[in-house]
Amino acid sequence: MLLEVKHLTTEFHLKKGVVNAVDDVSFSVDKGEILAIVGESGSGKSVTSLSIMGLISPPGRIAKGEILFKGNDLTRLPLHELQKIRGDQISMIFQEPMTSLNPVQRIRDQIMESIMTHMKLTKEEALRRTVEMLDLVGIPSPEARANDYPHQMSGGMRQRVMIAMALSCRPELLIADEPTTALDVTIQAQILELLYSLREKLNMAVLLITHDLGVVAEAADRVVVMYCGKILEEADVKTLFTSPMHPYTVGLLESIPRLDDERERLSMIRGMVPNPLHMPPGCAFSDRCDRCMEKCRKHMPALVPVNGSKVRCFLYSEEVEEDRHE
Amino acid sequence: MEDKPFDTSAAAAAEPLEKPESQIREMWDALKSNKGALVGLGIILFLIFVAVFGHWLMPYDPNLSDMGASFLPPGPEHWFGTDQLGRDIFSRIIYGTHISLTVGLSAVAISLTAGIILGAVAGYRGGKTDTVIMRFMDMMLAIPSILLAIAFMAALGKGLDKAVIAIGLVSIPEYARIVRGCILSVKENDYVQAARVVGNRDGRIIFKHIMPNILSSIVVRATLGISTAVLDTSALGFLGLGVQPPYAEWGDMLGRARGFIFSAPYTLIFPGIAITITVLAFNLLGDGLRDALDPKSRQL
Amino acid sequence: MPMLKFIIKRLLLLIPVLIGVSIIVFVIMRVFSPDPAPIVLGQHATVAATEAWREANGLNAPLHIQYLNFIKGVFTGDFGTSYYTKTPVIREIMARFPATIELAVSSIIFASILGIVIGTVSAVKKNTVVDSAGMVTALLGVSMPIFWLGILLIILFAGVLHILPSGGRIDPLLRPDTVTGFYLIDSLVAGNMKAFVDALRHLILPTVALGMYSMAIIARMTRSTMLDTLGQDYIRTARAKGITEGKVIRKHALRNALIPIVTVIGLQLGSLLGGAVLTETVFSWPGIGSYTVNCILKSDFPVVQGVVMLVAITFVIINLVVDIIYAFLDPRIKYTREEA
Repeated sequence: MLLEVKHLTTEFHLKKGVVNAVDDVSFSVDKGEILAIVGESGSGKSVTSLSIMGLISPPGRIAKGEILFKGNDLTRLPLHELQKIRGDQISMIFQEPMTSLNPVQRIRDQIMESIMTHMKLTKEEALRRTVEMLDLVGIPSPEARANDYPHQMSGGMRQRVMIAMALSCRPELLIADEPTTALDVTIQAQILELLYSLREKLNMAVLLITHDLGVVAEAADRVVVMYCGKILEEADVKTLFTSPMHPYTVGLLESIPRLDDERERLSMIRGMVPNPLHMPPGCAFSDRCDRCMEKCRKHMPALVPVNGSKVRCFLYSEEVEEDRHE
Repeated sequence: MEDKPFDTSAAAAAEPLEKPESQIREMWDALKSNKGALVGLGIILFLIFVAVFGHWLMPYDPNLSDMGASFLPPGPEHWFGTDQLGRDIFSRIIYGTHISLTVGLSAVAISLTAGIILGAVAGYRGGKTDTVIMRFMDMMLAIPSILLAIAFMAALGKGLDKAVIAIGLVSIPEYARIVRGCILSVKENDYVQAARVVGNRDGRIIFKHIMPNILSSIVVRATLGISTAVLDTSALGFLGLGVQPPYAEWGDMLGRARGFIFSAPYTLIFPGIAITITVLAFNLLGDGLRDALDPKSRQL
Repeated sequence: MPMLKFIIKRLLLLIPVLIGVSIIVFVIMRVFSPDPAPIVLGQHATVAATEAWREANGLNAPLHIQYLNFIKGVFTGDFGTSYYTKTPVIREIMARFPATIELAVSSIIFASILGIVIGTVSAVKKNTVVDSAGMVTALLGVSMPIFWLGILLIILFAGVLHILPSGGRIDPLLRPDTVTGFYLIDSLVAGNMKAFVDALRHLILPTVALGMYSMAIIARMTRSTMLDTLGQDYIRTARAKGITEGKVIRKHALRNALIPIVTVIGLQLGSLLGGAVLTETVFSWPGIGSYTVNCILKSDFPVVQGVVMLVAITFVIINLVVDIIYAFLDPRIKYTREEA
């Protein structure tokens, strides 16, 4: 296993109380694999990715759990050790390409900074590598564009630059947090295609964070569905799309518009994500679930293995999650 | 009454929800949680008390010189000591509170009134009027305000009222700029447009519809402006240009005691503390108001 | 060369500003101010002497002619002669201007460095004791009158500790030959280290007194801008690269925050010229500020007009320089648009 997240709990201490943005989450990513974490905003998927990078800052903190990267627990590493891994073995790209690049630095300098932090290269070598990377991510006339400032580039171009920067030190794991959300649909497909092909070329694993099941279907090998900081279902991508188990997953799939759709209207999941400060006592999804039962409102079901997948629902198992908030 | 061609209820509906009263209540709510601002407000209330009831608080006549008692160091008889003419410094500082607050508030009243009118006209009218007014303001800003104030004092002559006018005049451009900026940003709002469509007169629109919405910026600026005015007053006094004897003014006290900086340093300590505390109080309150009224800085 | 075009355009814009400033000064000094003749000549001067003096100084001409003469002088660099010393105004000013510039420059350097450091540390250590200490210092800095701070510094460092001089620019015996008028430079040019050290020692207290207010303003501005930039997405990107926190703050956060900070520094440099009036008085600094106050009080019109024009020109040029520095700091700014 390249990355193993075990019982990760990340909490935010707000004035009005403590919010567990990520609540006892465990999953793993294998070498060369693309794992997608799917969820609505507020599901804790982004906080999970930031936790892995060690980029959670107050009022947030990792309260419990381990993040094992090649066997090393990242949560226990001192900052300077973590900095050696960040951008080198694990790197990350973000949702907002428009604001994620430093506006006053040339593209070249931003990528070179990453390279020269982690590799013992001269300036000339680093520059050559920068241009290679820009070429690799499909930026035309990379020598010239390397001298551009971010504001001279389009959103799609900037995301390519972000990818070039993230991949410049040949990471083993790339965390892509909503990499296509802010982009036009046509550009979205190009960027996904690029990520997919680079994964093959560089043999790296990708942790893909997204709210878009379309993106998942296109790119991922395996899927984790998160809701209110918890994993509700985990399955390989084929199984998830053909036989989803959790009512939430079913609901998500039914709300995707399709060309061959014969339905009059798109179905939607009713209700809203509960306020994280006032979570229902039982299953977090119970209020919105069409198949909600009496005990769903009282107890939180456990995440249990079913037919090679995992699901957290009383429809599949009677097992109750042990009370974690003792 | 002539019949208006438009339905006025549309304008009424587009009216801003925030009325001045509710704005003030909102300010107060936000202020209550700001310790610095409360301290500032407390000091200001105390200073106002001292200024109003000073006559009963002074142990000595602030202008009574007693050459036999000159340069007495601070002690039980004279808490802050006596100056070169044997006057009680404590009493003179109490008296100076009245002067500083009066000059500060009146000067701000002058610059505020003129600044609001000039800024409102410039911002609302736009075009040539705007250019002429704002260019003139820019020119005033190109001369350091203290030099300008000194020049006004030289032209007007010395004295309390002259100091008020000089200090008031030099800060007009700041207020004009702020008011103009606010007006420009509020002018295009729907409710102002609606009020205009309904046929309200310009003056009415500015004062009924626009002013309440920029009130908060003006209150913040004016509060901080008082601290600047108090500083300027003391600076003029220090240079011997401000309030003239027999009035005790803090800056003037410092200016006249300068020669005794090594022989009687305490004569220079207390008036300075008084100025600093006064300016500090208005700065604290002004900063607190700004934090309270600006939602962006409120989060920080 | 869009930049050159921009500079020329801005310099041309200077002209209306200067004309406006000259009108303001002229109106205050010649229309509203009391008649200078009895002040210059004394109360007991004869009517004939007064009349002769007024004629000689062009004060009998109609006001608009007086103004035109004055403005003509402005563009030819001839501001007339002082009523008292009969020396050309330009020479009077040039003898004192370097002292003020030396003080203002050292003050702005002091204020910028200390202000940026305090503001940055406060922002990075937000809501800690360090932050509070920094912000209380800044609050005191904006609340203390410059001249009183000067007095306190003199009492402490000259009166009690005896480690720094209480006033003046340099020990008269050590004064270097005038090359630039800046003693620090002149003494270095002359290779006179003793004079350099002495000039530096004289400069310290006035610099702190004059720079403290600007330091406080810059510190507060730096803190709030840094808090803003530290929350930006590109800071997260920089951290994700694995560079050290120090580099994140210096190369990414502070570099971006500098853009608004430079504006504030520019504005402060302008206000320092005003503050110099007070500082120079407290420290007997032979600069333009204290001299101008005297000239205003003595109704020495030509000198006052000259000084104010010079200060206004300096002020406008500082603004121009700030705008040019902007272009270097922020690649997004282009000086091709009509208005900049």
